Amino acid sequence: MLKAEIYITLKKTVADPQGLTIKHALDSLGYKEVEEVRIGKLVTVKLNINDKKEAEQRLNEMCKKLLANPIIEDYSFKIEEV
Amino acid sequence: MVKPEVYRSLGLSDEEYKRIIDLLKREPSTTELAMFSVEWSEHCGYPRSRILLKLLPKKGKYPTLIGEDSGGIIVDDLAIIFKMESHNHPSQIEPKQGAATGIGGIIRDIFTAGARPIASLNSLRFGPLTEPYNRYLLRGVVDGIQFYGNCLGVPTVAGEIYFDESYNGNCLVNVMSIGVAKKDELARAFARGVGNSIMYVGSSTGRDGIGGCSVLASHEFKEGEEKRPTVQIGDPFTEKCLIEATLEALATGHVVGIKDMGAAGLTCSTSEMASVGNSGMEVELQLVPRREADMEPWEIMMSESQERMLVCVKKGKEKEIEKIFSKWDLHAVVIGKVTDDDIVRIKDKGKVVAEIKAHSLTQAPVYDMPYKKPAYLDDLNKLDITKISEPKDYNGVLLKLLGSPTISSKVWVYEQYDHMVQTNTVTLPGSDASVLRLKGTNKAIAATTDCNSRYCYLNPYKGAQIAVAEAARNLVCSGAEPAAVTDCLNFGNPERPDRFWQFKNCVEGVASACKFLNISVVSGNVSFYNESIKGVVNPTPTIGMIGIVDDAHQVCTQYFKKEKEIIILLGISKEELGGSEYLKEVHGQVKGDTPDLDLWLEQAVQRTALDAIRKGLVSSAHDCSEGGLAVALAECCISNKENMVGAVIDSLTFDARKDAALFGESQSRIVLSCSKKSVHKIRDIAERFGAPFQIIGRTGGKELEILVGKRKIINLSVEGMFERWIDSLQSLIMA
Amino acid sequence: MKFGVVVFPGSNCDQDCFYVVKDVLKQPVKYIWHKDTELDNFDCIILPGGFSYGDYLRTGAVARFSPVMDSIIDFANRGGIVIGICNGFQILLESGLLPGAMLRNTNLHFICKYVYIKTENIKTPFTNLCKKNQILKIPIAHNEGNYYIDDDGLKSLEKNGQIVFRYCSPDGDVNKESNPNSALANIAGIINREGNVLGMMPHPERSSEAELGSEDGFLILRSILKWLGSK
Repeated sequence: MLKAEIYITLKKTVADPQGLTIKHALDSLGYKEVEEVRIGKLVTVKLNINDKKEAEQRLNEMCKKLLANPIIEDYSFKIEEV
Repeated sequence: MVKPEVYRSLGLSDEEYKRIIDLLKREPSTTELAMFSVEWSEHCGYPRSRILLKLLPKKGKYPTLIGEDSGGIIVDDLAIIFKMESHNHPSQIEPKQGAATGIGGIIRDIFTAGARPIASLNSLRFGPLTEPYNRYLLRGVVDGIQFYGNCLGVPTVAGEIYFDESYNGNCLVNVMSIGVAKKDELARAFARGVGNSIMYVGSSTGRDGIGGCSVLASHEFKEGEEKRPTVQIGDPFTEKCLIEATLEALATGHVVGIKDMGAAGLTCSTSEMASVGNSGMEVELQLVPRREADMEPWEIMMSESQERMLVCVKKGKEKEIEKIFSKWDLHAVVIGKVTDDDIVRIKDKGKVVAEIKAHSLTQAPVYDMPYKKPAYLDDLNKLDITKISEPKDYNGVLLKLLGSPTISSKVWVYEQYDHMVQTNTVTLPGSDASVLRLKGTNKAIAATTDCNSRYCYLNPYKGAQIAVAEAARNLVCSGAEPAAVTDCLNFGNPERPDRFWQFKNCVEGVASACKFLNISVVSGNVSFYNESIKGVVNPTPTIGMIGIVDDAHQVCTQYFKKEKEIIILLGISKEELGGSEYLKEVHGQVKGDTPDLDLWLEQAVQRTALDAIRKGLVSSAHDCSEGGLAVALAECCISNKENMVGAVIDSLTFDARKDAALFGESQSRIVLSCSKKSVHKIRDIAERFGAPFQIIGRTGGKELEILVGKRKIINLSVEGMFERWIDSLQSLIMA
Repeated sequence: MKFGVVVFPGSNCDQDCFYVVKDVLKQPVKYIWHKDTELDNFDCIILPGGFSYGDYLRTGAVARFSPVMDSIIDFANRGGIVIGICNGFQILLESGLLPGAMLRNTNLHFICKYVYIKTENIKTPFTNLCKKNQILKIPIAHNEGNYYIDDDGLKSLEKNGQIVFRYCSPDGDVNKESNPNSALANIAGIINREGNVLGMMPHPERSSEAELGSEDGFLILRSILKWLGSK
């Protein structure tokens, strides 16, 4: 069995008001070094597949079809064995 | 032998444990012990409050319905079902989920009665916003209400938010829901008919909120943080599907009874459905849909996973019910059946883990609690008004009051709530009460929540009466006949005689005012132990009241409509400063007695206003509450941002100090505006009912001017007042 | 003329849309369960507001895969009239029937209030009874109404007259102050190139009766009826 962690974030070109709000909050707590904050989603899935290549292909499909909206979002994922 | 530490930690006393052994004629199993502990807790069994709750009138001017989990009134062929409930402790720990699951629970109480939820209201109380944690709580609670309520498609139409030091460490989150059904299509919460099936519907069961009910609701908590894991998580999407599926299932006629799995989940629903139905019930826990592995029987029985219900279905009709729920992607599985004894029998893999007479679970012990007037009260009630200096700058005082968090506009909050969905909201939030039309009829209902807990702190009996009177007054100002009440009684530890004295007096106050006004109390909730190391909450008997508008076109709002209209004050302004917002905000004192309440005068004023509104004579009506007459007048000028209308108040007469007349909170006062030609008709109505009547000025201009004699003591632009009033709350929250 | 109101799990303005068509517009109307695929008898399909599938992943993202959506895409491609309101608009974007995407309101809050919108294109099935640049008072109620499209997409919308409604002041100024959710170019509603599919965030069904505070939204429903009648 494989486990994948899929990260979905807003594209760099799209404004992220949640990220900005958190940046301000961190700033006011004294974390002045914070240059940028981007908020995203983490989706974990367990796959009944053992082949990593096949898993990658399926995950790409899932992301393009449902999990991310390519107009506003980017995605990435990492796969590990469980 | 169960160790005393164990049952005590579950909230059971030594006597109660002994009683359990007497009832069972043996030692209880772990599952049984857990079941008794929740059923006998204040949250479910009302052992400490039940005697006093009997005082509340069950009859009023409208025919009353008292159901198992909610109540209502009958209006023509409709049943209006409503109830208010607290979710204080869960919200103090995790405000977003606490408030969200509060909404979920109260709405399930409404639709399990067979009524479609048409509106939600809420009454929220926090410590001062100068404390960061209180700001976090307010933001979280509002977020929870919008997250859950908006998704459900039930409009959140009204509410109130108060701030007081006594709520530091103990916020109050009281939520109310209203539903409508055809009166002969209501559902009951019982199990009957030997052989009928017991079905479990909705979400699966996890470990959420285990012990939440008994531990969270019956113990003062010291450290909130570490209890976070027991907080239940709300799923409004599932609840929305449950509403539709349940109403569809009830319409088939195959459902005998249905009950929400709220506090104490399966324990409450099995024992109470069996007890109300005078039936027995047998349930196999292995059949319960579960989200987590290795759950103990008692964990399944105690789980407070949300969005679940228990349904008693006619034998042979299970498939049809299952089909409806699976259409909405919801579980509906048979987990047991109705039996011919009066025993709730819980099995796990065929082995009996609990076997208890249903009635012995639901008949919690009843305690007659000792009470004593708090020693501090006599001193507190003494207010030497001559030691209170009159202000030099009345404009400054009025602006300060308009910007105080309790008085300022709540627009930042209610714009986050969908208050228009279902397209019934005729009067939007921001007036004295919200009004919802009843489609298919000419009628509408108005709803409000009210309680000035500072009054209840200074004088519980009168304070509670005022809460009822003010709620009724708000409804009258919107054009509705006050009809019925649900109450949410929030108090400290009832085992302390001073706290219980407050509770007793408040219940008696609510009962007497409702009886006088001929209003029934159809449902309610008691929340004790609202105290922490930071202190105890002010006694807070929150009143949720609904009223009936006979002609939905004759509704009234609080703001002035146009220039050159006459402004009338019904009622009398007395020299009363005790307990006022002015005394607290400007002079920093919480002292004195609450304002007087003469229920005869109250009734005369209300009848006058309502009659005049119904005759179409009135352009606006607004009651005087926190901040007194001056704040009421200011709100009349500024609460319709698209058409703010100024006023000149030049004929005000009173027999009191100026600050008392303008900022004192004398009860039973309503500000009306009307056209010139309506004035004498309203005067006639006032005379007929015996309500004090005076013309105090006229609308017009872009300023609020208040003259005493020839001297202008208030002179403020409507824009300036508006700015102070509209932005204040948001800027405090965002600080 | 027969209207259909699609019901997804989590739709919550379906009953409001049904009511306004049946009792205010006085036209025949039926619910269409999201698993139904038969749309031949309908003249206009309404995708109502709400929280389809809880909006848990992304607004409209799951509903877009409901069986009914393929039929709706066919229906639209054949020139059928489709209007998506609020969540319905979001579903139309996710399904590709309309271009662009929805982001969260920049204040990060749900916003429910009356707003003003300017009718910029009146040559549509949805606005033919409006006057050019007519200002409508109409409520919004959403978390994600912050419309987004890339520069080329925006140019194309502008060029083709696809921007039907823009948020504006009561006097008709299209400015930042009147933009409740920071939608790109104050966009409140757009149509497809062919002009038969409209998506809008404001709720016409909530502003079709005087007693609710505005009848301006009713112009949109009446326009649809007029257009269908003249076909």
